[in-house]
Amino acid sequence: MRSVFSGAVLVALAPFSVAENQINMSPGVTEIGANIFELHMLIMWICVGIGALVFGAMFYSIFAHRKSKGHQASQFHESTQVEVAWTVVPFLILVGMAFPATSTLLEVYDNDEAELDILITGYQWKWKYEYLDDAGETVSFFSNLATPQEEIYNTQNKGENYLLEVDEPLVIPTHTKVRFLVTANDVIHSWWVPEIAVKRDAIPGFINEAWTRVPEEGIYRGQCTELCGAYHGFMPVEVHAVSRDEFDSWMAAKRGIAAAQSQLATQTLSVDELMDQGKRVYDAACLACHGASGEGGVGKAIAGSPVVLGDLATHMALVADGVAGTAMQAFGEQLSAVELAAVLTYQRNAFGNNTGDIVQPGDVAGGKNG
Amino acid sequence: MGDHHHGPASGVTRWLFTTNHKDIGTMYLWFSFAMFLLGGFFAMVIRAELFQPGMQLVEPGFFNQMTTLHGLIMVFGAIMPSFVGLANWLIPMMIGAPDMALPRMNNWSFWILPPAFLMLASTLFMEGGAPAFGWTFYAPLSTTYAPPSVTFFIFAIHILGVSSIMGSINIIATVMNMRAPGMTYMKMPMFVWTWLITAFLLVAVMPVLAGAVTMMLMDIHFGTSFFSAAGGGDPVLFQHIFWFFGHPEVYIIILPAFGVVSQIIPAFSRKPLFGYASMVYATASIAFLSFVVWAHHMYTVGMPVAGELFFMYATMLIAVPTGVKVFNWVTTMWRGALSFETPMLFCIGFLVLFTLGGFTGLMLSIAPADFQYHDTYFVVAHFHYVMVAGAVFSMTAAIYYWLPKWCGRMYNESMGKTHFWISFIGFNITFFPQHFVGLAGMPRRIPDYALQFADFNMMSSIGAFIYGASQLLFLYNVIATIVAGKRVSEEKVWDGAEGLEWTVATPAPYHTFEEPPRVPKPVGTF
Repeated sequence: MRSVFSGAVLVALAPFSVAENQINMSPGVTEIGANIFELHMLIMWICVGIGALVFGAMFYSIFAHRKSKGHQASQFHESTQVEVAWTVVPFLILVGMAFPATSTLLEVYDNDEAELDILITGYQWKWKYEYLDDAGETVSFFSNLATPQEEIYNTQNKGENYLLEVDEPLVIPTHTKVRFLVTANDVIHSWWVPEIAVKRDAIPGFINEAWTRVPEEGIYRGQCTELCGAYHGFMPVEVHAVSRDEFDSWMAAKRGIAAAQSQLATQTLSVDELMDQGKRVYDAACLACHGASGEGGVGKAIAGSPVVLGDLATHMALVADGVAGTAMQAFGEQLSAVELAAVLTYQRNAFGNNTGDIVQPGDVAGGKNG
Repeated sequence: MGDHHHGPASGVTRWLFTTNHKDIGTMYLWFSFAMFLLGGFFAMVIRAELFQPGMQLVEPGFFNQMTTLHGLIMVFGAIMPSFVGLANWLIPMMIGAPDMALPRMNNWSFWILPPAFLMLASTLFMEGGAPAFGWTFYAPLSTTYAPPSVTFFIFAIHILGVSSIMGSINIIATVMNMRAPGMTYMKMPMFVWTWLITAFLLVAVMPVLAGAVTMMLMDIHFGTSFFSAAGGGDPVLFQHIFWFFGHPEVYIIILPAFGVVSQIIPAFSRKPLFGYASMVYATASIAFLSFVVWAHHMYTVGMPVAGELFFMYATMLIAVPTGVKVFNWVTTMWRGALSFETPMLFCIGFLVLFTLGGFTGLMLSIAPADFQYHDTYFVVAHFHYVMVAGAVFSMTAAIYYWLPKWCGRMYNESMGKTHFWISFIGFNITFFPQHFVGLAGMPRRIPDYALQFADFNMMSSIGAFIYGASQLLFLYNVIATIVAGKRVSEEKVWDGAEGLEWTVATPAPYHTFEEPPRVPKPVGTF
């Protein structure tokens, strides 16, 4: 049935290169996704059936009962039997639809017995993922859009996963019930990955639950689906589902990096190390608002900024605490001490801001992230 | 009554001080058309940016200002005032009343609208830009994170809410008190019935909207935390309040459109409306149900499962009275003597496309499926099928249908038919592919999109330019008719038209029914 529908549409749209164009919902890879897809198709075909009857009658009337053909209007009106019938029959059809809809909804809401809990926090305009683990150390990281500005502003060819790629994807194990705890830091966002059939609003101050069990390894992409400000269209979700073993070794590596980072925080880094890491942090966290060469945009210019060229403590406080009521966020809670030190160093020495100031992790260690 | 003035005052004072329902109706209609063009221009900016992937014309922040103003202006500036204008012109003439019950308030409820929309549009030139949080203005994006112009937006919403409430009180008072002798409730034309019910909806929900924006104002300027969890409030509370207004609001828009279609289809079928009484009851049921379905806009917000189930079942139920309406219109056409002048073409276009919008509405009501549809282009396609092909098509039909009665001149029929076909085709090229990209995973309100959505978006943009251009043809046709259309003088401009408005002279004199008419037989019979 699906192919008949697709075929009809393909013929209608022949002038466009529809071969790669998806026109229907994807059943995805999960059991719930498949159930939702079946429900969607069921309701759609019921609608198509009713539509064929109603429009069939209407178009027959349009062709057969024309005044121009000399058709005389009959004057019948009001019929209680007919009106009762077209009230009761649709009602019964709706009752029929309600059964599968209810059972699928109850499955969606069955959040119990999860084997892995992941806290997802929406930020303007990125996602933070925290793997909650009672025993070990919590692993957490931010996931930013990886598509370069040059592709967005059409100076470079767009890659295959344009706007759907991130610097650090969420990694989950297959065949595991993963529970997502979804919240937000600033405004309302919504975390959606169509292929694994999860969409949940991320609401500041509240935690929503959702879950999935992915049977197939693969990369699943999605986007924020609640308007969350200027760059709402630029905060994708990328989920890598991997085997349990691969997941465990990934997790171990992550813990290792986290340990190394906290180790690093107590050391003195070279200027090159700070500038390299600073550029990486700047591109991920600052560039969208402050521009690729610090020229400004939504945010103020970094190049020649009086704050950046001025007192280090003021600069550090501004980056760490943000500016209330503006898009400038409090990065103290988002960046590690190493990252904070690196990005401060970078801002004070890049874009012609040659202050020569070097900020070490130890200098910011008194901040929120210790 | 010889000292009564019989014609309009001259000059600009006629329009500033008028209490005449026809003058005020005319002003509402022109104002709404101007807003329709402005909101349409914003839509063209949106579609031009979405023509290709990548950012080309505007910045993402400005794109959001365009989607926000497009929605606000179309809903509050174009569609709602156009139907109030139609009500002003037609309700007194349909029930045999000399004017609206509260003529001075009528003047006031119109004249506060232009300043409100001027203020709303002026936010585009303010520092920080216009509101960019969508026409649904969810907190805290519209409070803590809003541009400073949000305060002007709140004031504009308050003013147009006051205007709507005054307008609807006027309609209720007119329908209840000013009907000609013999015009019982169950003899009233369907258009009057649908507006009476709509007016009650407006009086019930506009204060709720006023409450929502007042709470926003308090949160922004006076330190309260209605919508901020940090201060003990709840951002989801905003959505409940907004949609308690917002869902009846969409019926406020569509019920008068139902009324128009219920007048025009019988006229060009030369056959009475099949089930007058059941149409009245269906309208009332839809209005009642509209108060208990609001949270179907919020299925992904994290409601308890019992809430989801309640709102899902209640929403599905709306399909029953809506189905009754559609079946009635089709049965009215059945074995009639149909002719296809422009108003009828727009009504048939309405019937087909509104029903498609109703089907996608039924699909969206299914909560688990909505987890995949929610906030995608599937929703955008759905509500443009009911708002544009529903409300705007029926409004266009109404203009073509009653314009000859209003100005005594006939519009150009072939230009009207051309307008219909370009609109119909342009509309479908615009919005049908949006079902596909929505199902394939394209979120709404994004200024740029992944490459797999590119072809359908380009198609959609081409359709939008066609649909937009066809409205200029409409404007030309209306002006050409008023200025130089072929004169008509018969009272019944259309041979199948029924109702008191077709018993007065053509063009309709400045004052009609100064003496109440005799109402001879039930409306809807010949």
